[in-house]
Amino acid sequence: MTSDSPRPPPRRRFFGAWGRRELQGLFWQVLVVGIVLGVVVFLWSNTVTNLTARRITTGFAFLGREAGMPIADSLLAYNPRDTYLWAFVVGIANTLRVAVIGIVLATILGTLIGISRLSANWLLSRLAAVYVETLRDIPLLLQLLFWYVLMQALPAARAAWRPVEGVFLSNRGLILPAIPVGSPQLWVIGTAVLGLAVFYLIRRWLIAQQMRDGRPRAAWPFAVGLILALPATVSVVLGVSWTIEWPQLRGFNFVGGLTLAPEYFALLIALVTYTSAFIAEIVRSGIQSVPRGQWDAANALGLRRSFLLRQIILPQALRVIVPPMTSQYLNLTKNSSLAVAIGYQDVVSIANTTLNQTGQAIEAIALIMAVFLTISLGISFFMNWYNARIALVER
Amino acid sequence: MTAITDIPDAPRAARRPQVGNPVLRWLRTNLFSSIPNGILSVVLLAVLAKGILSFVQWGIANAVWLTPASDSSACRAVRGIGACWAIIPEKYRFILFGTYPFDEQWRPALSVVLFIALFYFSTRRALWRRELAYLWIGALALISVLMWGGVFGLSFVSQDRWGGLPVTLILATFGLAFGFPLGILVALGRRSKLPAIRSLSVLYVELIRGVPLVSLLFMASVMFPLFMPSGFNIDKLLRAQIAIILFAGAYLAEVIRGGLQAVPRGQYEAADALGLSYWRKHRLIVLPQAIRHVIPPLVNTFIAFFKDTSLVLIIGIFDLLTTAKTAIIDPAWQQFSVEVYIFVAAIYFMFCFAMSRYSRSLEAHSAVR
Repeated sequence: MTSDSPRPPPRRRFFGAWGRRELQGLFWQVLVVGIVLGVVVFLWSNTVTNLTARRITTGFAFLGREAGMPIADSLLAYNPRDTYLWAFVVGIANTLRVAVIGIVLATILGTLIGISRLSANWLLSRLAAVYVETLRDIPLLLQLLFWYVLMQALPAARAAWRPVEGVFLSNRGLILPAIPVGSPQLWVIGTAVLGLAVFYLIRRWLIAQQMRDGRPRAAWPFAVGLILALPATVSVVLGVSWTIEWPQLRGFNFVGGLTLAPEYFALLIALVTYTSAFIAEIVRSGIQSVPRGQWDAANALGLRRSFLLRQIILPQALRVIVPPMTSQYLNLTKNSSLAVAIGYQDVVSIANTTLNQTGQAIEAIALIMAVFLTISLGISFFMNWYNARIALVER
Repeated sequence: MTAITDIPDAPRAARRPQVGNPVLRWLRTNLFSSIPNGILSVVLLAVLAKGILSFVQWGIANAVWLTPASDSSACRAVRGIGACWAIIPEKYRFILFGTYPFDEQWRPALSVVLFIALFYFSTRRALWRRELAYLWIGALALISVLMWGGVFGLSFVSQDRWGGLPVTLILATFGLAFGFPLGILVALGRRSKLPAIRSLSVLYVELIRGVPLVSLLFMASVMFPLFMPSGFNIDKLLRAQIAIILFAGAYLAEVIRGGLQAVPRGQYEAADALGLSYWRKHRLIVLPQAIRHVIPPLVNTFIAFFKDTSLVLIIGIFDLLTTAKTAIIDPAWQQFSVEVYIFVAAIYFMFCFAMSRYSRSLEAHSAVR
């Protein structure tokens, strides 16, 4: 058979313009959707039968009932006589309290360690490498249990460790001096946030001006004025007091100050150290992805070190860093659900208690999933927005 | 900021004239290249020395290594100043094999050896052939026979007596063995041109990845019995295994999707030009290339996944971490949990570290080509 033999006539088409491919596609889709629907209907009908047999009514009506479960450590005021709905809200607040603070601390620690791994100091880079390798290769749950055991093994409140004056570490947790925040203080903080927002807009305008004529304009006077001086003035005018409350040992426990319960503290340490090992690797690869020539070129131009880092290296490194960093933030948030293993009452732990008390398994798990899906979508939405802002614009 | 300013200095330091004692030269380039660097090195050395010294004191010098059977008094005497490693010889059989009948524990031990051999052979590039699949099927069948028994004169051991390291390895291995093909199907579905299949795949991946594994495990342990017809009851271990497979499938699907995207368009077109069917095109041309592209991230996913099997502790399945936690409930040994956790951490570390080294070597290998 030669290569230039005449082509066979095209296959006759059924269904007008429709070809075999479209028919096949339709067949597969109908098949897969049919199977999935069949499985869902099967599971659904079983569930309905089982629920009727066990006399469990479905629906979220139970959320209005009295919860009766104690919540030891909560950000929001809670009383066992509150409703299940409020218990869930308290749990969500507890989850967010771990996640937000954990993300901030893990980012700082991870960045420091990632930079240390690149240090010319052999000892520092080796130590950072050992830190990363060890923490990455041991399950988080094991690390969490380990920290929790260590917390419990700390001395009692009377014999608490005092690394710094006013800071106590004991089996009651970590107690720090704190400034009590009431509504007058909130006004000042609110002013500072407003100042920050205004400063952001002014800075954008300044950069736009610079884009037009190329002359750099200093933004720092606005920063000092709006973020420092304005709130300070408000504070003085309103006469807000910023006295630090020092914790005191009274009897068997501490009074005053800020208490981080052992469960919360252990969870925070475990999440921060574990996630920081992953963040360190992301930061390292991000910095290494900037070609060496960029450093050399900037040095040859005699640019200041801070300018070089801020304006040349960091923007390029961030493009590599931001997408995997998003997944680490999501992981940290999801991993905070391990709290259930040591009895810190996050949303998963509270949903689990609810489930055991009321038998409303489907609703409780649906609530957990809804909460985490919302948080995940929120974080990835924000990070995608940020990523789009810093992404390389090519032609 | 000293650390980051060091980066561009490194080549400059290396360019210094190479004279003098090599040890001194090494110290100068690597530890004392500048004054801040020197101070940092001294501080780090001091902290490190202090850390190592106190660990040696606690873990070796003051430690109790062996005690007479079930007697923890020697350990309690050194509590706070020395480690009690004696708890490991005392409890290691329970930690490794859980409540598996004591006299039959050679069977889970042999299963663990088989697992390790299986992993070892799977890492040999020369063996990446069809025979490897047969090896997997054969080894997994043999492990099932060993664990369950009931044939060849082995006594039957029901699943709720299994525990420890074999359970961890079973959850991880079966999770991957079934999660991997599932992941391939979902990844193909996500890239399919058929809208219904694509949306189902997206929904599956996003739902599973958006929620914590803990909630999937709760679902498996609490809701699964509700889903099934009454009277039909499947074992707790199997339920957790199903949750883990579904979880692994979603994560592996994303990794494989990355690989599929890396296969050049021309490869698909060439396969279409040859008139290959969809499945033959993917099996013979696209998937082998796609998977080769993503072997290092696949190994990283395996590591993450191996560690995540420890979460079954939360629904009360006796994996390695649960047996460790149970071993220290014994009042006589209660205070020595740190030692047990270190022992178990070392086991997990060995498995994960071996995998991460392997992934590193694969990366180096593929970089050469």
